Amino acid sequence: MDNNNIKMQSVDLNAWFGTKQALKDINISMKANTITAIIGPSGCGKSTFIRTLNRMHELAPTAKLTGQILLEGQNIYDPNVDPVMIRRRVGMVFQKPNPFPTMSIYDNVAAGLKLTGAHKNKNLDEIVKHSLQQATLWEEVKDDLKKPGTSISGGQQQRLCIARAIALKPEVIFMDEPTSALDPIASAKIEKLVVELKKNYTVAIVTHNMQQASRVSDYTAFMYLGSLIEFGATKDIFESPKNQLTERYITGEFG
Amino acid sequence: MIKLTGDNIFKTLIAIIAASAIIIILLNTYVLVTGSTNVLSTSGVEFITGKNWDPATSSFGVLPYILGTLLTSAIALLVGVPLSLGIAIFIVEMAPKPIRTTFSYLVEMLAAVPSVIYGLWGLFVLRFWVLNYIEIPLNTYLGWIPLFSGNPTGIDILTAGLILAIMIIPTVASVSREVISAVPNSIREGAYGIGATKWEVIRHWVLNYGRSGIFGAVILGLGRAIGETMAVTMVIGNATGPRAMPTSLFQQGQTLPSLIANGFSDSTTPLQSSAYIGAGLVLLAISLLINIVAHVMVTRVLKVKGGAVE
Amino acid sequence: MPLSEKLNLHSYSLRKFKNKFFYVLCLICLIIAIVPLLSILFEVIVRGAPAINWQFLTGNGLRNNIGPAIQGTLILIGLTSAIGIPIGILTGVYLAEYGNNKYATWIRTINDILTGFPSIIVGITAYSLIVVGLTGTFSPMAGAVALAFIMIPIVARTTEESLKLVPNSVREASMALGIHRWRTTLSVMLPSAKGGLITGIVLAIARIAGETAPILLTILGNFYFFQGLNAPIDALPLRIYLSSRSHLQIEQTQAWGAALVLILIVLTLNICVRLASRGRNKGTR
Repeated sequence: MDNNNIKMQSVDLNAWFGTKQALKDINISMKANTITAIIGPSGCGKSTFIRTLNRMHELAPTAKLTGQILLEGQNIYDPNVDPVMIRRRVGMVFQKPNPFPTMSIYDNVAAGLKLTGAHKNKNLDEIVKHSLQQATLWEEVKDDLKKPGTSISGGQQQRLCIARAIALKPEVIFMDEPTSALDPIASAKIEKLVVELKKNYTVAIVTHNMQQASRVSDYTAFMYLGSLIEFGATKDIFESPKNQLTERYITGEFG
Repeated sequence: MIKLTGDNIFKTLIAIIAASAIIIILLNTYVLVTGSTNVLSTSGVEFITGKNWDPATSSFGVLPYILGTLLTSAIALLVGVPLSLGIAIFIVEMAPKPIRTTFSYLVEMLAAVPSVIYGLWGLFVLRFWVLNYIEIPLNTYLGWIPLFSGNPTGIDILTAGLILAIMIIPTVASVSREVISAVPNSIREGAYGIGATKWEVIRHWVLNYGRSGIFGAVILGLGRAIGETMAVTMVIGNATGPRAMPTSLFQQGQTLPSLIANGFSDSTTPLQSSAYIGAGLVLLAISLLINIVAHVMVTRVLKVKGGAVE
Repeated sequence: MPLSEKLNLHSYSLRKFKNKFFYVLCLICLIIAIVPLLSILFEVIVRGAPAINWQFLTGNGLRNNIGPAIQGTLILIGLTSAIGIPIGILTGVYLAEYGNNKYATWIRTINDILTGFPSIIVGITAYSLIVVGLTGTFSPMAGAVALAFIMIPIVARTTEESLKLVPNSVREASMALGIHRWRTTLSVMLPSAKGGLITGIVLAIARIAGETAPILLTILGNFYFFQGLNAPIDALPLRIYLSSRSHLQIEQTQAWGAALVLILIVLTLNICVRLASRGRNKGTR
């Protein structure tokens, strides 16, 4: 892999909840403007892994972590680095759509920007519109911006959450099984959107749906019991897996 | 025709016993209404708007005590609610997990202390703290403001309000704690995910989401403050008649419950007895109103919003 | 848009500062609330302990001892429990087992409202009904009725809550054996909910042991030991209140001594119940 192009990488990453080790020596690199899929059976640590990437993992009361996560070469767990700043550079979309219920659709997208006050209201309207457009939601909600963020359908809510992340102009976007709570049509829209996002962002997507992984991603990481079993180009992983475990998993022998 | 089975008899029997709650509330209302007819027919509207409390002239009015009740309760809310919210936030959102329960226990212990012991402590301890550290400085430098005028003694409306503030903390803090805990974690995660600081998450998301529940908690605290008797009676100074009209915080006052506790058993005429019962009726009306509002707010929020988590 | 206006000027260092500032502020709130608790415990022990001796705990009230007050409080607890616990438990049983109707919703609401009821009012009611209306004298009965008004809603609510925690499978298992619903309720459900029931009862007892306003108008106080159900009686909270108003050092000391005894009773009950219920919760997990 071309080292110059690496946007984000984990180095010897270990994570625990209390005494239970959730991640063991994970080393993954993500190139800029690519999509990395992280697959594996439930409980394999894939969600934990992406939650370490924007320091959400440490919000769990008993969470512990060793190793490094490098964002453009800088360790985000360096004591001088503020997690709040990292979370603005690294956007996150969660498994269940979680728009803010007390806020309008507009405010859901604008909330992160308002916190910093970096944008005056004039710009804000533009950014909200642009983010919703990028999330392919604008046409559906442009007349309802004042309605609560929870008033739209589940698939729309998830795209709203993606717009919310995009609005902050992050460098990387992580998605934790973003379609698992959605119906097939809504899922297809999100998948299309994920591929679109690659143009501007580095994307990683956790999924238990192997078809989805093979459709959208450039690279695939297979995790099992907290360890990274195999990592490489999606094509290679799915067509000629090197590890027997990977092969058994993608052929549906267990999961 | 219902069959006389053991199950039906049992069900009917305990349904009748369960009516005790209704009987209690009706009984109390009945006694207060009939007991106060005497004074209400004698004094009329004067009973609510009048300031006198004089058996010699048969002139009774509860205005000063209504105001005293409202003023002490207002102080209690002003001081107690921010403290309670801070405590609830600290316990749910900030304190390290292992010591959370310990803190909760300590705050709940405040609710276990009998109100007469609050009164005793207020009379011999808090009184002097309030006098030396709050009243004398305020009176010295800001005495020209009517609220801080007079001759502070520590046995007055301010001390009563402050002791009430302490006493409502466990109520308001524990209900707020439940409300804050009921805020779904996905909201916090979403907010952290867009780079909010912990305080911003609390201030703009958690408190915003729980605001109606917290409002209910405040109203519950208000109900508690309005009905509280002994602690107030022991520190408020028990003024009666026109002297009890509150003009300054540093003045001896009286609330509706303290009026009754302090004087009911010393009534000299039937009309005076009736006047005390009338004060009880006014208290009942205020308290019922507040408790009903609080009940509606808190149950609605904890049920609806709690259920909305999934 | 207030949110944006408030936040627009916020540079990141200011946001971080606010974050720390409010952390400290909330911590201070907690400390401020705990100071009175510690101060109360400290003062009650320091001022009350010197009064405590055998004579003080068992002698009659003529020489400022609190024997009658302790005895009276125990009698009031007994009488109140005799009235309040059965009614409270059966009300709770009704609400938990048959509580899916409008009538029960009403009772639940009224119970909730009663728990926030001004305690002086039940004093007036018991005074008017019993002291004036029925017996013509201050008495433990009048006091117990007033206290039962406070106890019933508390016991009813905790009974309902603990019955609802019993898994439905327990009820089904019993009914499947052909045992009647009412037998199931009384001999299977209630024993299964025993822990929560006892917790509720003990907390209710702790609460009424410290109540003053309802007994102020109903039992009058007495320097002598129990003289029958139709004579005035003493009680710890009442004695604390009456003695605190005295200018005599000896009576003030009596008040603090009585306060120490009362707070020991109340806090012991509270702490025991909490420790017990915590142990139980751990056990079931």
